[in-house]
Amino acid sequence: MKDLAEAALNAAQVKGAAYADVRVSHRVQQNLVVKNGELAAVQDDANEGFGVRVLVDGAWGFAGSARLEQAEVPEVVERAVRIARASARVHAEPVDLGDPVRSTGSYRTPLVRDPFQVPLSEKVELLLRADRAMGAVKGITVREGQMEFIRDRKLFASTEGALTEQELVESGAAIDATATTQDDVQNRSYPNSFGRQQGQAGFEYVEAMQLERHAGRIAEEAVALLSAPQCPSGTMTVILDASQVGLQIHESCGHPTELDRVFGMEAAYAGTSFMTTDKLQRLRYGSEHVSIIADALSPAGLGTFAWDDEGVPAQRTHLIKEGLFVGYLTSRETARRIGQASNGTMRADGWNRIPLIRMTNVNLEPGQTPLEQMVAEVKDGVYMETNRSWSIDDKRLNFQFGTQLAYEIKDGKRGRMLKNATYAGITPEFWNSCDAVGPQSEWKLWGLVNCGKGQPPQLAHVAHGAAPARFRNVRVGIMK
Amino acid sequence: MKDVETARLIETARIKRFCDDLLERSSADETEVLLNETDSALTRFANNGIHQNVAERNLGVRVRVVKDGRTGVASVNQMNEAALADVLERALTIAALQPPSEPVPMARPSPHRPVNAWSDSTAAASPEERADFVQAVCRKAAGAGLKAFGAVSTQAGQIAIANSFGVFRHHRATQAVASSVVMGEAGSGYADRAAIDVSELRGDDLAEEVIDKARRNQNAAPIEPGTYEVVLEEYAVGEMLEFMSYLGFSALAVQEQRSFMRLGEKLTAENVTIWDDGLDPTGMPAPFDFEGVPKQRVDLITRGVATGVVYDQATAHKEGRPSTGHGLPAPNPDGPFALNMFMAPGRVPRSELTSGIKRGIWITRFWYVRVVHPKASIITGMTRDGTFLIEDGRITRPIKDMRFTQSMLEALSGAEAIADSTKLQASGEAFGVTRVPALRVRAFTFSS
Repeated sequence: MKDLAEAALNAAQVKGAAYADVRVSHRVQQNLVVKNGELAAVQDDANEGFGVRVLVDGAWGFAGSARLEQAEVPEVVERAVRIARASARVHAEPVDLGDPVRSTGSYRTPLVRDPFQVPLSEKVELLLRADRAMGAVKGITVREGQMEFIRDRKLFASTEGALTEQELVESGAAIDATATTQDDVQNRSYPNSFGRQQGQAGFEYVEAMQLERHAGRIAEEAVALLSAPQCPSGTMTVILDASQVGLQIHESCGHPTELDRVFGMEAAYAGTSFMTTDKLQRLRYGSEHVSIIADALSPAGLGTFAWDDEGVPAQRTHLIKEGLFVGYLTSRETARRIGQASNGTMRADGWNRIPLIRMTNVNLEPGQTPLEQMVAEVKDGVYMETNRSWSIDDKRLNFQFGTQLAYEIKDGKRGRMLKNATYAGITPEFWNSCDAVGPQSEWKLWGLVNCGKGQPPQLAHVAHGAAPARFRNVRVGIMK
Repeated sequence: MKDVETARLIETARIKRFCDDLLERSSADETEVLLNETDSALTRFANNGIHQNVAERNLGVRVRVVKDGRTGVASVNQMNEAALADVLERALTIAALQPPSEPVPMARPSPHRPVNAWSDSTAAASPEERADFVQAVCRKAAGAGLKAFGAVSTQAGQIAIANSFGVFRHHRATQAVASSVVMGEAGSGYADRAAIDVSELRGDDLAEEVIDKARRNQNAAPIEPGTYEVVLEEYAVGEMLEFMSYLGFSALAVQEQRSFMRLGEKLTAENVTIWDDGLDPTGMPAPFDFEGVPKQRVDLITRGVATGVVYDQATAHKEGRPSTGHGLPAPNPDGPFALNMFMAPGRVPRSELTSGIKRGIWITRFWYVRVVHPKASIITGMTRDGTFLIEDGRITRPIKDMRFTQSMLEALSGAEAIADSTKLQASGEAFGVTRVPALRVRAFTFSS
């Protein structure tokens, strides 16, 4: 790997690159799906290659190839340089990366049980036990359980002298129960929906989920939802469970604080941001209960690493401090434009993609109010749990989320189960209405495996630490 | 020196030898190999300049084996001796560890109709050509005092599938896609184009549409949310169809009772006809699916009535019928997918879709569409890049983007007029391509 990287950097410099970096990666991934009592899918994927990014005449070029051999290097470099020269023909301003980055070292995800050493039969049996527990509940029409394990070995080297090697390991799982009638479909997931709960850890992470123990409960909830009343519409107090708070952070704080979005670099696809640079240190984003930190050092987080894909060391950065908007997620190129240095959030979805600003572990700091107390203090409201749908505008202001499960809250007590609950709002108004966040004991790091951005599309694995939180005067239940 | 920008795809004969070798060496009862190679490039622009510009050559080799009723799938992205041995061994290892179950049947040899989806110009498209395209858009935008953002991509690729029943199928295809958002101080527009042949895409033509839209969409004012008559441009219609495909047009969704499709029942207005046809040369045709089954046309909604759903080998086997050629790569617990959808044009000139609307809304496209209720086909999302008020049959002024929450079937039940032209789209959020008309819908509900 190192020889190939060195050859690529040399070739790039010879061809006239003012800066070049190379990433070589080898990723293996195993996915299992158990569906309705049967092993529906197991796949084992291996993917390797290298990508060369160059700056020529102040403009970027990138080329990658799956052919991980020395003979491929000159052609890939030539292609990257030619692309950069073409970029320079229609380029607005020369790229300035700021001070050189010369990180060196190696890092591995700490883990107890290497998931690739755990027998497949043990993994399948764990999913089948959960499947049987769901199947024991009458009225469930589809049961599904899944696991994913990833090992990504990657090397980064640059013409500035950086050379880092990392081995990141992820383990994740989830189960899902669906109940249907002629006119309705309801489902419940555990620990989370849309993918799974995942972390940088070994198989112990999956074992700790105790899927079987929760399987019967979610199946019963899915069936009960079919006959539950519709969530009412109106303006009321909403308490969100920690996983839904995690997604709320992702969509309404993580994305709009990506500085490339602010500069329009994602305008044609993922969109822009309402959190423009004139609002930095000025915008009252949320109430005093709201402090949000991008923390690439959180243990077991999907956004955890030692160096980002520009070689910048992992960091902890406040984005929101006691309600005030104080920071962005940045890269070398974008940070320079606001007179800062990168806070290390550039990540690429493999060797064949360029790094983009991605969330790391963007975490809401825990508060002081236990969930039980939050409920007790509400006269009229709704508790919502586990995301079912999410949608937000291209500036990250106007959002609507739906959850799988909800309960009405009356006079400080949890009441009837409600279905099809949704809530909507405008980002700063919503976070300013936050009057309670759960304590550390209710705080959890939620892994999110489907964060899309960029063209060609890239998927990032990110995480959000969150506890349950309460919001006042929220618009609830707009569905017919 | 060899031109490094001409797509460098592996020769068919070498692919055939690799597949034959792999099938020969497999100790499984049944073996299938799916090979997918792409050579692609994408030039991205923002603020009237190129800011990202990338290219890649990639390969996927996916092997499915069945031994003693146990199935294993493994993949690798290399095509050499070591990769062949490795991927085969991993697939067999996975199979051996599994409990026996009824395997998904592999495709059998049968004739398939070749289709042409190849363009030499696209395969040879250079970074300079892509930069010229971008420059044409950016210059016009700058000249109008606006900023252009977007991407232009070219791709050449091939897919081959072979199995131990004697199937060997091979197809090469190219695709060129360009899209742009143009922004002014107080609003934006959008346009995209897709073609097999990159020379059919013109920067000037794209620029004209997107700049016109951006100019007209400045200083939008809010209007009250509520239910309005709307005109949906092809961008919005195409996305709606992709969500209908995802939620309802798959046999698996029907078998699992989560589809809105009730076959034989009237679901939409009579003027709505939707089908999938992977062989139609006016789309992005492909002769066979990822299981090697020849593609068939499937009528999904015919004159308002639900007439069919798409099948892969697993869902077809369950009902004892043949696959329609809509399988995805194994192992695929998510079921078949309609990837080449068409909606029949109507008789109304596109420019006359607003006539007769007393007070309605023109929607250019949707944004961040998500499912709210699958069985009721309810989706939510925002409008984006050109939402206009229609008054007394004419577009009068831009309005602020709004959030909609709407049943797709209810919307199509109120399809009052359908444009007499269609547009090909390959840049939506979901899989596949659509060719659809713009249309007028009687009632569309905006919540905020």
